[in-house]
Amino acid sequence: MLGRNAAGIYWMFRYLERCENSARLLRAGLRISITQSDYGSQDWDSVLTAASIKPIFDKNYSECNSANVTNFILRDKENPSSVLSSVKQARLNARMIRTVLTKEVFESVNEIYFNLKDLLRRPVTEAALPKTLDTIQRQSALVRGCLHGTMLRNDVYDFARLGTFIERGDNTARILDMKYHILLPAVSYVGSSVDISQWENILRSVSAYQSYRWLNENELNPLGICNYLILDSRLPRSLNFCSKNISNNLNSLSSFYINTFPSFEISLEFSRYLENMLIENVFKKGLHEFLLNFIAKFNAISAQIEKDFRFYK
Amino acid sequence: MSFFDEMFADSETTRSCYRKYYSWLNSPEQKNIVKRKDEAENVFRRTGITFNVYSEKEETEKLIPFDLIPRILGDEEWRMIKKGVEQRVRAINSFLFDIYHQQEIIKANIIPHGLINQNDAFLPEMIGFTPPNGIYTHIAGIDLVRTSEKEFLVLEDNVRTPSGVSYMIENRETMYNMFPELFSKIKVRSVTEYPSELIKALKASHPHLADENCTVAVLTPGIYNSAYFEHSFLADQMGVELVESQDLQIVDGKVAMRTTQGYKTIDVLYRRVDDMFLDPLSFKEDSRLGVPGIMDIYKSGSITIANAPGTGIADDKAIYSFMPKIIKFYTGQNAILKNVETWRCSEKDHLQYVLQNIASLVIKEVHGSGGYGMLIGPTASKKEISIFKSKLLRNPSNYIAQPTLSLSTVPILKKSGLTPRHVDLRPFALVSPNSVFVTPGGLTRVALKKGSLVVNSSQGGGTKDTWVLEEE
Repeated sequence: MLGRNAAGIYWMFRYLERCENSARLLRAGLRISITQSDYGSQDWDSVLTAASIKPIFDKNYSECNSANVTNFILRDKENPSSVLSSVKQARLNARMIRTVLTKEVFESVNEIYFNLKDLLRRPVTEAALPKTLDTIQRQSALVRGCLHGTMLRNDVYDFARLGTFIERGDNTARILDMKYHILLPAVSYVGSSVDISQWENILRSVSAYQSYRWLNENELNPLGICNYLILDSRLPRSLNFCSKNISNNLNSLSSFYINTFPSFEISLEFSRYLENMLIENVFKKGLHEFLLNFIAKFNAISAQIEKDFRFYK
Repeated sequence: MSFFDEMFADSETTRSCYRKYYSWLNSPEQKNIVKRKDEAENVFRRTGITFNVYSEKEETEKLIPFDLIPRILGDEEWRMIKKGVEQRVRAINSFLFDIYHQQEIIKANIIPHGLINQNDAFLPEMIGFTPPNGIYTHIAGIDLVRTSEKEFLVLEDNVRTPSGVSYMIENRETMYNMFPELFSKIKVRSVTEYPSELIKALKASHPHLADENCTVAVLTPGIYNSAYFEHSFLADQMGVELVESQDLQIVDGKVAMRTTQGYKTIDVLYRRVDDMFLDPLSFKEDSRLGVPGIMDIYKSGSITIANAPGTGIADDKAIYSFMPKIIKFYTGQNAILKNVETWRCSEKDHLQYVLQNIASLVIKEVHGSGGYGMLIGPTASKKEISIFKSKLLRNPSNYIAQPTLSLSTVPILKKSGLTPRHVDLRPFALVSPNSVFVTPGGLTRVALKKGSLVVNSSQGGGTKDTWVLEEE
């Protein structure tokens, strides 16, 4: 397989995941803003900060309000991780690496590009936003379904999954970190009713609210929620789950290519570290610091993957 | 001017090869067939069969319009075309070998020396070099026009990097999907084996005959090239890598591609990059589409480049006019497919004739393609003619002229019903060491504007599925 094609499928699935996660991030922001009127524009600020897109936003908009942030995250060409930019990049990558994709996968990503382009042709009103966000998530599920149902389980598939999990881990960490930007994460602050409802919204935004209730009899508390989103390896968007899958996919690449890659070693070490982590220690260390470290680690693994599999010349 | 219509002999009579199709089309079930036009377009859009247009700003991807009415050829017509194309392609290969070696055809005073040696498409780098297995044009597309029941003329040879096979195949796939019942009623010869024939031909031409493990790759200029879809389509269908300049490097005296596990040698490169961009060390220095040093590797004999560099000399429009003589010289036979009468403006008496008859002629640039830079006398305004005349006089040898042909028509489907439009035909040939394969079918291009003779997709032309009927 060409190194460039490995890069292409890896990035295609990063962008698809980013597209979906931008929608999730916006969903979390929306819920917080409509349930917490006293915080006003600060909530939207936190959404932008968590996604590291605040500087570009400030360059293009004078006011940080719901309409502007929505537009920026969904449709703005200036925002490289907007839903529209992401799906466009995903499709561009798909066209570049068509020869490693099944017809079903290519056609699904091609189709969602046209659908989303059409859906986001005009600014989305607040009333239409929930439905639009649903559609975006469904579109993303379509490509995922085609991937699972039709692609060979070989190196191509591993690179697709690596892209997905690197991006997803990064995004879940950022969504969690949004909490830090709203309230200081010292343990003494947490526990108020305002605080709990914000945590609840974060659970919702990663489609984890329902399953959290199943597992915890609807007892919401910050430690429990963080434990769930960070350390529970059953939840497909948790940090631990992503990290575990990355080392699994790198392990399968190692046996496929009969070689032990540095990226595999780094990821295995990190996934063991997460596996043995206790949530109390995360809070002791500081949630924000923990998350920053996590994001940096995923970046390092990503950079090592690029090198190990000769993505670029 | 009256035109030969391929479907109807007159308003009452359908020609024999269209009879079954026409009765199907007239059946009550097909009453609303015109409504299915969008369906075809959606298939193309969904599959991503688009081509890029450079002049547009925002939306750079376009669809080539597809007409639902097939263009049908009978078995007998096809046999003649096939024989003619085979003959022509063999002669072109012999011609290329000769002009890069002994140049017997110049010595025999059949082609003027200057027309070869001073031609930009003639590559001195290829002199004295014999490509692996002596094949120059592995892939060829011969553009034909029909002027009467029996007469198909060659309008142009394409032996550099002819494109269009992906449309030939996808048009058929679309028809299979939309009208499966048609194909159980009418026995149409398949075109979908082309990719497997292509990889067979490419593998058969690899540089080391003893080597069983032959790695083939397709070289594309990249995603922004107008034929990118076809490049990825062919690589995908053949199951080989689609490579770009950035994937390639010379490693240990061989051309190799960067894989996830290191560099892997390529034995046969089907390149869809023009000669001038192939090697910045030999040709255009600033080319970023090629591989620096590939010509040296090629000449050392460790890779096959298909088509061979320097084949462009054979499809030059000025050389074209000599093609009947070329065929006679190398095969000893008369050309089965005739040329269109051509005047070379480089020759004084020809130029004289062209200037006197400009309003009835089609004038083309020698190196032009895609329907650009040409004058169609009968439809041009006086002003256009006078502007073109001065261009022509400034550099006569840059032009050739041909009579305005009465291209045959095939109906297209419009809301108002069937209406005739002019078509051409590009059959595709594959050359292997011991055989020439011509796909039973080809690309039919159709001018969508009433009366227009320009079928190029860059000028708003469309395509049709091309059927060759099974022998009865």
